[in-house]
Amino acid sequence: MKNPDVVLIGFGWTGAIMAERLTAAGLNVLAIERGGWRDTPNNFATTFDQDELRYMWRHRLFENVAHDTLTFRNNTSQVALPMRRLGSFLPGTGVGGAGVHWNGQVWRFLPSDFKALSHNRERYGQAAIGDMTIADYPVSYDDLEKHYDTFEYLCGVSGKAGNLNGAIQPGGNPFEGPRSREYPNPPLDMTYGPMLFAKAAQEAGYHPFVHPAANMSRAYTNPLGVQMGECTYCGFCEKFGCGNYSKASPQATILPVLMRRPNFKLITHCEVTRIELDSTRKRATGVTYVDDKGKERFQPAELVMLTAYILHNVRLLLLSGIGAPYDPQSGTGVIGKNYAYQITSSVNVFYDDKITNPFIGAGALGMIIDDFNGDNFDHSGLGFIGGGYIGVVNTGARPIETHPVPKGVPAWGAEWKKAVARNYLRMVSIATHGAVMSHRGNYLDLDPTYKDAFGRPLLRMTFDYTDNEHRMSDYLTDRATDVAKRMGARDVSPKKRTGAYSIVPYQTTHNTGGAMMGDDPRTSAVNRYLQSWDVSNLFVTGSAVYPQNAGYNPTGTLAALAYWSADAVVNRYLKAPGPLI
Amino acid sequence: MKRWLLLGLLVCSGAQAADDLVARGKYLTILGDCAACHTRKDGPELAGGVPLDSGFGTIYSRNITPDVQTGIGGWTADQFYRAMHSGRSADGSHLYPAFPYPYFTHMTRADDDAIFAYLKTVPAVSYKPPPNKLPFPLNIRGLMSIWNALYFTQGEYKPDPARSAAWNRGAYLVTGLGHCGGCHTPKDWLMGDENDRALSGGVVEHWFAADLTGNTRGGLASWSANDTIEYLKTGRNARATASGPMGEVAELSTSQTSDADLAAIAEYIKSLAPSAQKQPSAPDPAAMHSGEAIFVDACASCHLAGGKGQPYLFPPLAGNASVQGSDPTTIVRLVLDGSRSPSTAARPTPNAMPAFGWKLDDRQVADVVTYVRNSWGNAGEPVEAGAVAKLRKR
Repeated sequence: MKNPDVVLIGFGWTGAIMAERLTAAGLNVLAIERGGWRDTPNNFATTFDQDELRYMWRHRLFENVAHDTLTFRNNTSQVALPMRRLGSFLPGTGVGGAGVHWNGQVWRFLPSDFKALSHNRERYGQAAIGDMTIADYPVSYDDLEKHYDTFEYLCGVSGKAGNLNGAIQPGGNPFEGPRSREYPNPPLDMTYGPMLFAKAAQEAGYHPFVHPAANMSRAYTNPLGVQMGECTYCGFCEKFGCGNYSKASPQATILPVLMRRPNFKLITHCEVTRIELDSTRKRATGVTYVDDKGKERFQPAELVMLTAYILHNVRLLLLSGIGAPYDPQSGTGVIGKNYAYQITSSVNVFYDDKITNPFIGAGALGMIIDDFNGDNFDHSGLGFIGGGYIGVVNTGARPIETHPVPKGVPAWGAEWKKAVARNYLRMVSIATHGAVMSHRGNYLDLDPTYKDAFGRPLLRMTFDYTDNEHRMSDYLTDRATDVAKRMGARDVSPKKRTGAYSIVPYQTTHNTGGAMMGDDPRTSAVNRYLQSWDVSNLFVTGSAVYPQNAGYNPTGTLAALAYWSADAVVNRYLKAPGPLI
Repeated sequence: MKRWLLLGLLVCSGAQAADDLVARGKYLTILGDCAACHTRKDGPELAGGVPLDSGFGTIYSRNITPDVQTGIGGWTADQFYRAMHSGRSADGSHLYPAFPYPYFTHMTRADDDAIFAYLKTVPAVSYKPPPNKLPFPLNIRGLMSIWNALYFTQGEYKPDPARSAAWNRGAYLVTGLGHCGGCHTPKDWLMGDENDRALSGGVVEHWFAADLTGNTRGGLASWSANDTIEYLKTGRNARATASGPMGEVAELSTSQTSDADLAAIAEYIKSLAPSAQKQPSAPDPAAMHSGEAIFVDACASCHLAGGKGQPYLFPPLAGNASVQGSDPTTIVRLVLDGSRSPSTAARPTPNAMPAFGWKLDDRQVADVVTYVRNSWGNAGEPVEAGAVAKLRKR
């Protein structure tokens, strides 16, 4: 494509959404992806997809840390070291990005999550905020409602509405914001473990509901005409592609239509190294990338969109000198600011008399309570703000990764093996999935020492949980333990998240922030339409724009924001290119 | 002044008529799926050079762009008509029936002229396809006069006044430009059509093109005319998905055919008398037992228990015509190599069946195919491991 109107940097969920919307509006769109082409029959076929060694252990679908990685430290007193094997989070590479190997857990944030600062300050006073750097989103739940809906129908989400236009629905999440219509597909069939949890939670006075899932409960044709098949509950979603067309991904929902459009072009194995600016530094002229032969090339564009994973979006802004880098000492600057994450814990429940068959799974097959998420409960006197959901999600208990044993069992040897054999089919794992607020000392910048394969500085992450997160997560773990004790089990083993954040064990690929959205160019990187304050023909998508994280998986909200931004580009920006605010 | 105006109108309407002719020619070129044999994968449009397995050796398709040296730029409409109608090249030499003139002969001169007018407008490409690889004596074109004497009846289609206009249109397209019998009619040892068994299924390039007659097992007895229309228009219907060469036909050709022509084709096909049905032998219970285990393990995740499938997505196997075909080539090949459904405007999702050839041996493939051919009310001749081995080696 000689002169595309739009260049997309990275081709995962938000890249595919942007490309679909903008090509539908008649623009010529070129997507540049550092990894390779991937599609269902060639890359995720059912004949080899359920291979835990290849995908979970050998990281076949994730980014290659020998080519590019990040460095990490808990605080500025430490020296950051490079991650030589991915751990806590698993960014993707290749067409579809991490949208290929996610679980399909599709959530909307609570209306109050969008007002984390003003809402909490109003209810609990400034003292509850302390020195957190949290902020309100410059968009509301109501702004995004129709875009959440668009994404849920694109993905064919299976679920049960809890709030339809303000009317609370039995069986759904009573705490959710009002939705304009029911989910496109009914809930998945539920397995035993989640049902045992839901029953106990109900008896405890909580409000269990079925996890919304981008795993198909029945065959589905989405509004683009793309077809998906019924989920087989094989239990290989997270860290795997889907060979049954049953888990929403860019491949399973958008690409069959997008790839047919003559005004769309995708180039793979090409990595953007820099966004180029004109002499005013207020306008992007295009991007520089390294092609599959290692040759550096310049691609001009009228409009540039950063649609890569959050860590790469923030790094490319820093490498391109767009926006002032954040300085934790002075608290000034915006790029890299308000990096946040998620905090998780678990409570394992072991039975003697019940067979729970945890291997029957799907990425989002589970029962949840939202009674302790966001501000759905009174935080007075608890010493923290924020919350998270608690629930049992049977993602598949794949055997290399999953062998929980009760507390007190040796970590290896004959006793351990005996305990695994005894417990594998008789366990239920309750998870808590909590928010992380933004703090002055948690941020992203460029590493002064370590460089990638092209000689560019690596991204440096400085992050730790604060007292707020630990108190909140401990509180959620205690509530989960209360429910667990009602489940009639032989053993209940809570596992709190203690000590400093460790980047080694896998937790969630829910990194957020670093290019936050806001109303003020002095304190945010992009405006409410995801347009760079500094370079008006540059837009940044993904969870990088979150001012802080909420207690939910981020994909639903970042997809809704991509549709919201695409609307602003098509309906406003194209008519009068320039700053939208 | 008036005279100039009149002249202008005449010129304009003349140009309009020429545009209409070219547009009609383009439509017919797509309907005849000329690109399937005359456009190389990712190659220039209609420049030829596609290798065609004639059953005796490789024939390369011609360049039919208007390049004078290497294409048909020097041809006249009369010469083009003679090629289509009589199977002779511009110099009068015989064409090989890999070019399906035994079907094209049924077309009208007007349709041939339209196609010719359209071919004159495609970009001229200077490209000379490789020489054919045919053994002696088949490399002597003159020998085709003997083949013609045996198999070729020249003459335009004669409408049957007892039938509807749509049926006649359908018959004209199916037996003429559409050259459906090229694949769907069984061939004898000289690759001539067995016309007494027309459209009852044939093997071409290691695919079995299905029985289109009203046969209740391998044929389309259970298909309504609307099923056929939907299949041709979108590449699939609730009963079946086009695969192999038919997937390509759906993508390149029938998905772009007008609704009226598809209805005509469907009406004609629906009227075809059922082909002869042979009672298949009883399957070996051991093969059925092993086949069932493989089915549950490898197939049921998409085709579901009971072979009921997921309509429009993963075809039902129960009651499926291809599954019960008189020849198992296609079904064996689908298991060995997998297949991808066509992507059409109406059904863009290119769903695919993965290849199992690398993980199932010949015996296992034979067993699972035998099982699906003889379960849930299906009946089909059991498949032997040797037949699978042959297809694997092809």
